[in-house]
Amino acid sequence: MYTASDLRKGLKIVIDNDPYMVTFFEFSKPGKGQALYRTKLRNMITGLTLDRTFREGDAFEPASLEERGMQYLYKEGDHYHFMDNQTYEQIIINEESLGEAKNFLTENLNVKVLLFRDKPIGVELPNFVNLRVIKTELWVKGDTSKADYKRATVETGYELRIPPFVGEGELITIDTRSGEYSTRVKE
Amino acid sequence: MARNWSLARRKRALQQRANILQAVRYFFIAQGFFEVETPHRIPAPAPESHIDAIPSGPWFLHTSPELCMKRMLAAGYEKIFQICRCWREGERGSQHIPEFTLLEWYHSDIDYRMLMEECATLIQTVASKVGVRERIIFRNQAIDLTSPWERIPVREAFHEYAKTAMEEALKNGLFDEIMVRDIEPRLGIRKPSFIYDYPAQRGALARLRPEDKTLAERFELYVGGLELANGFSELVDPEEQRRRFERENENRRGMGKSVYAMPEKFLEELREMPPSAGIALGIDRLVMIFLDAPSIDEVVAFTPEEL
Repeated sequence: MYTASDLRKGLKIVIDNDPYMVTFFEFSKPGKGQALYRTKLRNMITGLTLDRTFREGDAFEPASLEERGMQYLYKEGDHYHFMDNQTYEQIIINEESLGEAKNFLTENLNVKVLLFRDKPIGVELPNFVNLRVIKTELWVKGDTSKADYKRATVETGYELRIPPFVGEGELITIDTRSGEYSTRVKE
Repeated sequence: MARNWSLARRKRALQQRANILQAVRYFFIAQGFFEVETPHRIPAPAPESHIDAIPSGPWFLHTSPELCMKRMLAAGYEKIFQICRCWREGERGSQHIPEFTLLEWYHSDIDYRMLMEECATLIQTVASKVGVRERIIFRNQAIDLTSPWERIPVREAFHEYAKTAMEEALKNGLFDEIMVRDIEPRLGIRKPSFIYDYPAQRGALARLRPEDKTLAERFELYVGGLELANGFSELVDPEEQRRRFERENENRRGMGKSVYAMPEKFLEELREMPPSAGIALGIDRLVMIFLDAPSIDEVVAFTPEEL
């Protein structure tokens, strides 16, 4: 168990059966009064943030998260299927828990799945993934009247801005942390 | 470049800290006080609900020099001050460090109101001595150090800033939370603020108001929302003091904390103490305010984490 005096930024604790991460922490103690620990906590499943003040003596359970290497297989409705690289066991993560990660999943991609009490709550992606452009506007060489980027859609349905010289059917590298175009892949 | 860059870059802050300490001493000596030193390691601290001492062998490191300095007052030392290190278990944050520097002074035959005035004069004098302007910038606020400073009763502060009655907050156990969340950030914004007349149960060593026994003659000074000093008219009734210590120990027991031994020698000598007022002021925080430092870490040579 943790007590209030263990609180610090980055600590993961359980509140009302959900895992939370401490994203802001401040110790305060009004003159001769009791110690108060003001925090902001991010729910690691829903992503929602809440403000909580704890008092000295408050105790909470550490949220122990397990990380397992898995491969993305396929999508069925809003269910995403993954396979554990060690046990070959298959698991399903729903779209809501995946959050932004769903934009960057391609067949056979290796990811780290985060589990809380054996329940998958999200995935950690590689920093860069390659995705194919399936739709974008045509660009006429030499046309300088338009902006220096154009809109495009990649195979996962994700939309982003790419440079004008990249055409439909080409493979591009995307930085999953920012969601932005990084380079064109030469095939 | 120095290997320990974070220490090297604090040189200006630590130089100013040294200047402030010199100016504080100069002020008290000019006012006819004399500097005393009392032991840092004591058999037991004064029993208070929310202040925990760090054990040192079978004894403790003091949490303030209060009991020893009052014994000196009782023995006829009428105007004394001390600048010393104090230790409080578990207090760490941007405004707290478990080993900190306290300035504590006692002045016999004055009360808490006169002490507020003396405290303001000290800070104004030190500021001018170390080259701090009358208008300081702290936490993006311009604070005017010229007299008069704001004075607001605790009860009024609850009414004005929290729209809650002080008594109600006490009854619901929300006094500290409201203080931290709604009141402290509003204190000492344009001018330093003295907030005074705390509920009796929040002043374990303070004298009660003669005409209203529910209030203690205790005050706190805030500058830019930061608590800087705590002072009061001293309780000089040994029987009453013993009852209060017993109650504080009872609270400690209820919270599952260790109970501190009754300071018998102090209680014995308290009956000879003249009516006095005393105050503790955080030197680290005074330096923070004068230097507009965002964290206490910026004004000490080493934090515990850096050792």
